[in-house]
Amino acid sequence: MSNGQNGAELRLVTPGMAIGPSAGMRVGSGALAQNDTIIATRLGWVKHLNNTVSVDPINSAYMPRSGDLIVATVAEVRNNLWFMNINGPFQGLLPMSLAPWKVEFGAARQHMGIGDVVLARVQEVDECHNVVLTMKGVGLRRLNQGSVHSVPITHIERLRGEGNATIQRLRDACDCRIIVGENGKVWVDGDADGIAWARQAIDLVHTSGHKKSFEAELSALENNAPKNGDA
Amino acid sequence: MGGYGDVKLLRDDGLRLDGRKLDEMRPVTIEAGILPAADGSAMVTHGLNVAVAAVYGPMEAHPRKIQRQDRAVIDVRYNMAPFSTSDRIRPGFNRRSREISKVTAEALESVVLVERYPRSKIRVEIEILAAEAGTRCAGITAASVALADAGIPMRDLLVGVASGKVEDIVVLDLDKAEDNYGQADLPVGILPNTGEIAFLQMDGDLSPDEYNLAMEYNFKAAAEIHEIMVDALKRRYEGGEN
Repeated sequence: MSNGQNGAELRLVTPGMAIGPSAGMRVGSGALAQNDTIIATRLGWVKHLNNTVSVDPINSAYMPRSGDLIVATVAEVRNNLWFMNINGPFQGLLPMSLAPWKVEFGAARQHMGIGDVVLARVQEVDECHNVVLTMKGVGLRRLNQGSVHSVPITHIERLRGEGNATIQRLRDACDCRIIVGENGKVWVDGDADGIAWARQAIDLVHTSGHKKSFEAELSALENNAPKNGDA
Repeated sequence: MGGYGDVKLLRDDGLRLDGRKLDEMRPVTIEAGILPAADGSAMVTHGLNVAVAAVYGPMEAHPRKIQRQDRAVIDVRYNMAPFSTSDRIRPGFNRRSREISKVTAEALESVVLVERYPRSKIRVEIEILAAEAGTRCAGITAASVALADAGIPMRDLLVGVASGKVEDIVVLDLDKAEDNYGQADLPVGILPNTGEIAFLQMDGDLSPDEYNLAMEYNFKAAAEIHEIMVDALKRRYEGGEN
């Protein structure tokens, strides 16, 4: 993981803890300047990069950004739109004009109901945090099968790995289709054994994704993967 | 402050009935991240008090009428389990739990950077599993650690601590007998790094000098509890490398 301070010992800070003097430094995310001192506002690791001090949080809520691929769940249905739970502080809005079907006014429920899971993309986030989703695009669809799991937002990169290497290893090991949403929701589809194993791997990311031992634990888990067992 | 009579609360040697000095706190332990389903959680044992706090969110605020366009709302639910005291507590909300939920929410709103999440809600559940005086302070401390564990941005950690007066003497951290038969109770919520006070309640009467001494005790105890809070959060993620 990039931390911007190669070779230096990482420092864990808690909210309110002084990081250092603010003179000559810029304040990044997860920190604020107070009385000539930069203090942490989140539990996380201090990061110094290009004269900017910030805190990489250990846990964080998903903040939607335009273009994000997400796994969302229908929370409310109106005549001409769906409100989607995007696992963040705000609900996403999917208007019928951005659905992949031709939807008549008042017929939204015939296409998707509460609890249905979709693969969508964030179309737009305005300054008032109104989030508009779209399902028009290659691969964007309703997910009719498989199961949805959660990983902390800050561990998504850990699950994907460098150039999606880790997630591809998982796909190969359990012979399942796996899609990682930017919102921390992971969709897994395959046979029952594969899904069960993938769930173990995702739980491992949840519990040990921040640890140095993660790679070794994942390799140990891979030895018990359904594909390895069959072979 | 609930009882009357000639209850002796201090020993002849100047110590309290449980052997503590006047400015000595009950033992405090804190564990962060105890509930896997919550976004953040913590358990605080303070003497015989056991408080568990869970944080969910930030999430869309429902019903929509509670949404604030410029900030998040903090929805606190403080509850004492029916088995938390020797007398069974009737389950559900009561006047006391509503009051403590309200003051806790207002105290937490002053430390959480609520303007980061407009129109959303942060749900904080505080469950008291065992009670021995000082549950609101233990609940606030637990909620503060749980919020930090959930990654909610905050100006500082909030520490709940109380002092009071028994037999005309100011003491730190009242136990059950001292709370029931003492003369005053002064629970406060302190931001240890800045020294600010996020909430303060007073039951009974204290003179200005007694108040100052009680606050001195509270600040000293808050610094000690803060160290335990930081240690609990760091311990949870020890072995981490980001």
